[in-house]
Amino acid sequence: MKQLVVKDIEKCVGCGLCMYACSRKFVKRPEIGNSSSAILAVSLSGFERGATVIFCRACTEPPCAQVCPTGALKPKRGGGVVYIENLCLGCKYCMDACTLNAIFEREDGKIAVCIHCGYCSSYCPHGVLAYEEVEA
Amino acid sequence: MRDAVLVIDLSNYSYEVEHRPDLFEKWIGGTGVAVQLLKEHMNPEADPLGEDNVIVFATGPFTPAYPLASKTVALFKSPLTGNLGESHAGGRTATSIANAGYGAIVIKGQSKKPVYLVVENGEVHFRDGRVIWGIPDSLIVGRIIAENEPGRGIRTMMRIGGAGEKLVRYACVTTETYRHFGRLGLGAVFGSKRLKALIIRGRKKYLPANTKKFREVYDEIYRTAIESDAMKKYHLLGTAGNVIPLNELNSLPTKNLQSAKFESAEEISGEALAEHNLGRRIACSHCPIACIHLAALRIPYENEPYFYKTIMISYDYELIYSLGSMLGVGSRDGLLRLIHRVESYGLDAMSTGVCLAWATEALLRGVVSEEDTIIKLSFGNVENYLKAIDYIYEQPNEFYRHLAMGIEHASDVYGGKDFALAFGGNEMPGYHTGYAAHLGYATGLRHSHLDSAGYSIDQKVRDVTPEEVVDKLISEECWRQVLSSLVVCFFARGIYTSDLISRAFEPLGVEISEEELKKKGEEIYKEKLKLKVEMGFNPENLRFPKRIFEIESLHGKLDERFIEEAKNYYIKKVREIVG
Repeated sequence: MKQLVVKDIEKCVGCGLCMYACSRKFVKRPEIGNSSSAILAVSLSGFERGATVIFCRACTEPPCAQVCPTGALKPKRGGGVVYIENLCLGCKYCMDACTLNAIFEREDGKIAVCIHCGYCSSYCPHGVLAYEEVEA
Repeated sequence: MRDAVLVIDLSNYSYEVEHRPDLFEKWIGGTGVAVQLLKEHMNPEADPLGEDNVIVFATGPFTPAYPLASKTVALFKSPLTGNLGESHAGGRTATSIANAGYGAIVIKGQSKKPVYLVVENGEVHFRDGRVIWGIPDSLIVGRIIAENEPGRGIRTMMRIGGAGEKLVRYACVTTETYRHFGRLGLGAVFGSKRLKALIIRGRKKYLPANTKKFREVYDEIYRTAIESDAMKKYHLLGTAGNVIPLNELNSLPTKNLQSAKFESAEEISGEALAEHNLGRRIACSHCPIACIHLAALRIPYENEPYFYKTIMISYDYELIYSLGSMLGVGSRDGLLRLIHRVESYGLDAMSTGVCLAWATEALLRGVVSEEDTIIKLSFGNVENYLKAIDYIYEQPNEFYRHLAMGIEHASDVYGGKDFALAFGGNEMPGYHTGYAAHLGYATGLRHSHLDSAGYSIDQKVRDVTPEEVVDKLISEECWRQVLSSLVVCFFARGIYTSDLISRAFEPLGVEISEEELKKKGEEIYKEKLKLKVEMGFNPENLRFPKRIFEIESLHGKLDERFIEEAKNYYIKKVREIVG
C-alpha cells in the first residue's frame, strides 16, 4: 500500500505548502485556510534551527483508535486510521494519545488526521515528502 | 471573502470586531483597505509616539487562497518622518491573521504598563508584559514567548527589541525570527504604546465559490512559481546577487556614497556568502521559493580555546549595502556580526547603516567631534561600529539621542546636510543607479525603492525626459498598489500579472477585469497621496542631498537641473491628483 513518507526532513524550509494542500485535498470541497489540515510544518524552536513537518506516521497499533470512545477512529489495514467523521464527539482523547501530536483540532471542534492520500506530496517543492509503496 | 476587522484599544484593554464588506469590496485589502481604516481611526495630526497614533495591519483576498500571497501591510504615522508610515513583512503574519479570521487589525491607544497581546478564536488576551519589557534582544524575547504560548506552526509572533522600547525612530518590528516590518519606525510606535509583542493564531477556513477553477488556478500559479524563470533570481543567490552587478554598474553606494564602487564588493557578494556562509534557507508561509538566506557564522569564545558558538544570520542585498559597502566593511564576518547586532536590538538595518555612515563622514569632516561619537568611527572599523550600534540603543549622550532620531533630524542639529542621505526623512536604499532611483525615493509614498522601482527604470531606459521619468514612476507605483492590496509578494510580480489576478479572483466569487484592477490601483494611489498630504506632506519641501550629484552613477554624474525639473513636474502632478 502507498503511504506519505518523509524522504529528508533536514530539507524542510517550513513553507507549509503541505498544510494548504491538505486543505484542498477533496475535489468537491477544497478549503481555503488550515482548519481541516492534518499536516503541520513547524520551526524547531525558532527558524535558526530549521524546520520540520508533523503528520500521522501510520502506526500499526494506533493509540488514537484505542482511546476513541465512539469508534470514529478505526485502525486501517497496513497502518494508520480511518476517520468516520459523523461518529466523532470532539472529545479529543485521540489528540492526547498521539505521541507525535499529529492529530489536529478543526474549527468545528472535531479533528483532522492524515488519511495518507498523498495529495500534499505533489506540492512539496523541496523533496521532503513523497507518496510511496511501503511494506505493511 | 473575509471582511472582519478587529479593533483593539490599548487604553482601556478592550476590543471589538466589525464586519466591513464595503471596505474590502471597494478597496481589495492590504494597503487599499489600510488607508481607509487609518483615515477612519486616526487624527492626521496625531503625535506619532502618542496615544493617538494608530497601527493598521491588513491582509488581502489571496491570503491564504494562493501561494506567494503572504505579505502583510502595516500603516501608521511614522515617528521617523512625521508622515505616513507604511511597511510590509512576510513570515507567517499574513496567513496567521487570515486563518484567525481577520482581514485587518487596528491597534489604538496606549497601555499604562507593558503588555503583549494574543489574538485567537475571536478573543484578544491582554497579557502582562512587565517581565519581558527591558529585554533588549528581540531573538530572546521570541524564544521566551514561544515557550509560553501555544500555536506552534500556525502562529505569528511580532515583537520589538530594545530599540523599539527606547523609541529609536527607525526601530523595526520583527516577525517570526527573520522577517521585519523594517522601515519607518513601527517598532518605536509599538514601544510608545508599551506593546512588546503581538501573537496571532487561528485555524479557520472558507470555501471558494468555484471549487474546480480554484484548484486549477492554484496549480497554474504553483507550477509557474517553481518551473518558470520568473522567480529564479530569488531561488538562487537571493537579493544578495545584486552586489556584484550594481558594483559593476557604478551604482553600489560606498562609504556614505563618496563612491559608487566598492573595492571589497566581491568579498561581501551573494556569491561569496553562498560559498562560505550559507547554512540554510527558509520560507515565508505558503511560499515555495524559500528566499530567506541564513548565513552560519562560527565565532570562537573570547578566552577559551576550542569553544565556538554558531549563529544563524539572515542576509539580503539591502543589509549588505547599508552595513557593508556604505560603512566600508569588506569582511564577511564583520558584516554578519553587524547584521546580527542590528537584528538583536530590532533596528532597521538600512537606516542604521546610513546613519552610521553619515556620522562617520561628519566626524571625518569635523562636523561633529569624537566627544560626540564617544568612539572613533571610521569606515571599515567593525568593532567601533558594533559599539556605535549599542550607543544608538543606549543613547548615552545627546549626539546618540539625536542620531536615534534619523539623519534628517541629526543633520538639522549638527549640519552636514549635503551628505545626509535621506529622502522624505527616510534613509536611502542601496541604489545609486541614476535619476529614476533618486526620484523614486523622493516621490514614492513610503520613500522606499520598492514603491516604484526607479533602479529598474535606470537600468532599462536612457534618454528620457524628467517628465517621462516621473510619469513612469507614478504609473508603476499605481500598479504596485494593486499588488500590495492583494497582498502578493513583490518578488512574485512577474507571476501575478493583471490577467492572472483577474482569473484568480474568479473562483473566489469576484469578477474584476484587468482594466478595473488598474483603475483601482490609481484610486488607491490617490487616496494614499491625499492622506499623506493631510498628514503634512508637501512635495515642495523634498530635499535631494547634494552628494548624489557629486558621484558618478550608471548614468554618469547626475545633473541637478534634471532633478529640479522632475520635482517641479511632480509638484504639479500632486496638485492635479489631490485637487
